Amino acid sequence: MKKVQRRQFLGTSATAVAVAAVAGSSLLRAGSAIAGNVAGWPAKAFDAKTLDQAMTDSIGKTNIPVSAKVILKAPTIAENGGSVPVTIEVDSPMTADDYISTVWLFVDHNPTPLASQFNFTPACGKAYIQERIKMAKTDNVRVVAKTNKGELMASAPKEVKVTIGGCGG
Amino acid sequence: MRLGRRDFLQLLSIAAAGNFFAPGAIQAAWGSDKDPYDIPAFGNVTLLHMTDSHAQLLPVWWREPDTNIGVGSVLNQTPHLCGKWMLDYYKVNHGKRNEYSFSCLDFATLAHQYGKIGGYAHIATLVKRYRQQLGAERTLLLDGGDTWQGSATSLWTKGEDMVGAQNLLGVDDFVGHWEFTFGQKQVEYLIKNKLKANFLAQNVFSNTWQEPVFKPYHIHEISGRRIAVIGQAFPFTPIANPAYLIPDWGFGIHTENMQKMVDKCRQDEHADVVVVLSHNGADVDKKMASLVKGIDIILGGHTHDIMGPKPFQVGKTLIINSSTNGKILARFDLDVGKGQLKGWRFHYLPVFSNLIPADPQMEQYIAGVRKPYLEKLQQPLATTGSLLYRRDNFNGTFDQLLCDALRQEMDCEASFSPGFRWGYCKLPGETITMEDVMGQTAITYPQVTVNEYTGEQIKNIMEQVADNIFNPNPYYQQGGDMIRVGNIQYHFNPDEKIYHRISNLQIGGKLVQANKKYKVAGWAAMQPVEGKPVWEVFAAWLQHQKHVEVDKVNLPILNADMRNNHGIAFPKSYGL
Repeated sequence: MKKVQRRQFLGTSATAVAVAAVAGSSLLRAGSAIAGNVAGWPAKAFDAKTLDQAMTDSIGKTNIPVSAKVILKAPTIAENGGSVPVTIEVDSPMTADDYISTVWLFVDHNPTPLASQFNFTPACGKAYIQERIKMAKTDNVRVVAKTNKGELMASAPKEVKVTIGGCGG
Repeated sequence: MRLGRRDFLQLLSIAAAGNFFAPGAIQAAWGSDKDPYDIPAFGNVTLLHMTDSHAQLLPVWWREPDTNIGVGSVLNQTPHLCGKWMLDYYKVNHGKRNEYSFSCLDFATLAHQYGKIGGYAHIATLVKRYRQQLGAERTLLLDGGDTWQGSATSLWTKGEDMVGAQNLLGVDDFVGHWEFTFGQKQVEYLIKNKLKANFLAQNVFSNTWQEPVFKPYHIHEISGRRIAVIGQAFPFTPIANPAYLIPDWGFGIHTENMQKMVDKCRQDEHADVVVVLSHNGADVDKKMASLVKGIDIILGGHTHDIMGPKPFQVGKTLIINSSTNGKILARFDLDVGKGQLKGWRFHYLPVFSNLIPADPQMEQYIAGVRKPYLEKLQQPLATTGSLLYRRDNFNGTFDQLLCDALRQEMDCEASFSPGFRWGYCKLPGETITMEDVMGQTAITYPQVTVNEYTGEQIKNIMEQVADNIFNPNPYYQQGGDMIRVGNIQYHFNPDEKIYHRISNLQIGGKLVQANKKYKVAGWAAMQPVEGKPVWEVFAAWLQHQKHVEVDKVNLPILNADMRNNHGIAFPKSYGL
């Protein structure tokens, strides 16, 4: 058990160091003054109110082919809609000439569908993220990844149910 | 049709089970010297499985549901079969003992004939007998969870009376669900200091580090073979039960991790056979078996289903579900070869307490547990003229009384009660005691509340609960039953999508208005709340009534398609 803890901690810290600024930003309200003051902050995409608009503003298109290389893990039913654990892993060699440069995470019908954007360098070693997101209601979560060559690929959307619960067995 | 070796062995075992329950044998067993529990040995490893006893140390009445509707891929598939459909599916004859064991037909009459089921002293006798017959060293006893909750004494001893019974019974491995409602600290205390069994869960992780909280599996060495038992806790515990009781523990199905554990057991641990001890529920087990390769057997619980007397097969995985309240002891005799399961025989044994003598040691233990509480347990409250039961997709008669009690005691126009699947029966003419009330209500979050809900909120609550039961994707099912209602009438279509299943929603015979507020009594809130424990409210009402009869049950009117659903034994009760 100690081993898992150490490995996971190192795994997340390695990616977190490289993308700290942006990873942190996913926790901020997109429209907040602090975020707006960060240089290069993609305010338009984070403020977009619909999925299509958010995808257009962040990626430049809405129709991205699904690839088995983009693995998105999320619970089928959220234990707490205010903190839904999501794991993203993109299969990539992460070498200087072939790596994942950007990963976007969307929640289709959240008030602002773009939940986070992560920037990677080959030094990250792995395109791997664990994060917690807020979901207003039962909805699809989806991921788009971009390679350094500009190739785009998406995960299959995953439905996460947010329910009142109770009444169990 | 081509038969592989495996198919052939399976057919053989079905035949074996068939003979055991054949008409002649059953009739002979009843009052003759032929013993229905006498099973010849087979193979080199035996798994005994019991599940969801819900802390019933003594034998109880247990009626199978008359309604257990399957939708989508599980339409008319076991265990979504009620009444005659269940008997037909398993090709067991319609003899009275099978009707009593596997269906709801003629329950009150047959109960008098065949007696109560379960009871730890009776289970203990059977377990000891098989350990003696087969050799204790080749026999594992696996407990599928929901063992620590459901009775007055388990609540008052915080689960400890059941741990004592499990230790005496010699449980080897154990998984959990309601156990967690005693809270993190108590669960850890009992597992570390009291419980002799391994507490297993591959799908519980700490919320901070995503680390496994419990041991995921245990390898048993038996007859020179390695038997892996992987534990699967109820995946939706913090959703179906209050998350505040287990704030640091996250659950989920974790199909990928299950595959990892299976692979690890086979490759690194050199397991010859892989067994999953599961609290997923029957439909979730089936789906999981379709996604994970390499599981030989899933011993299932949670949904309290009759999913025997033959195992259900998905790919190469055999799946069973072993009912509840100590009703069934399942016995898998396995012929385990090097790296593979070579053959098996399966026996699904109803525990008839009249037929099996009580084990004196366990009997004495149970008497000791009950002694300090006896007076309170036996306090008579009212007599019943009706058969009282809970288990059904919609209101059971016991729930109807509880809903009526909540409404009247709390002065509300409507009431809600959770769709729990535990809670044993009372026969017409019996006296309802305080113990019986606790048997319907003994939980660690029992407070009664009165809420002012708008019509829209009421519909929303009912729709959301309905989707947790009738979602066609089993991975979105939590395994309870529909929320119980008092003075609420509605039409219901299980095949619809969420927010479209309920129509013509009425309170007191008047259409519910979306914006109007209604006073609704309820219990078992998901957040900490103040209020009287529900058993006090129910007991006070019963005492005041002195005698109860259930004339009218708030069942919905179902859509006409449901007339042919094999999960409904009595379509007429739904206006079909």
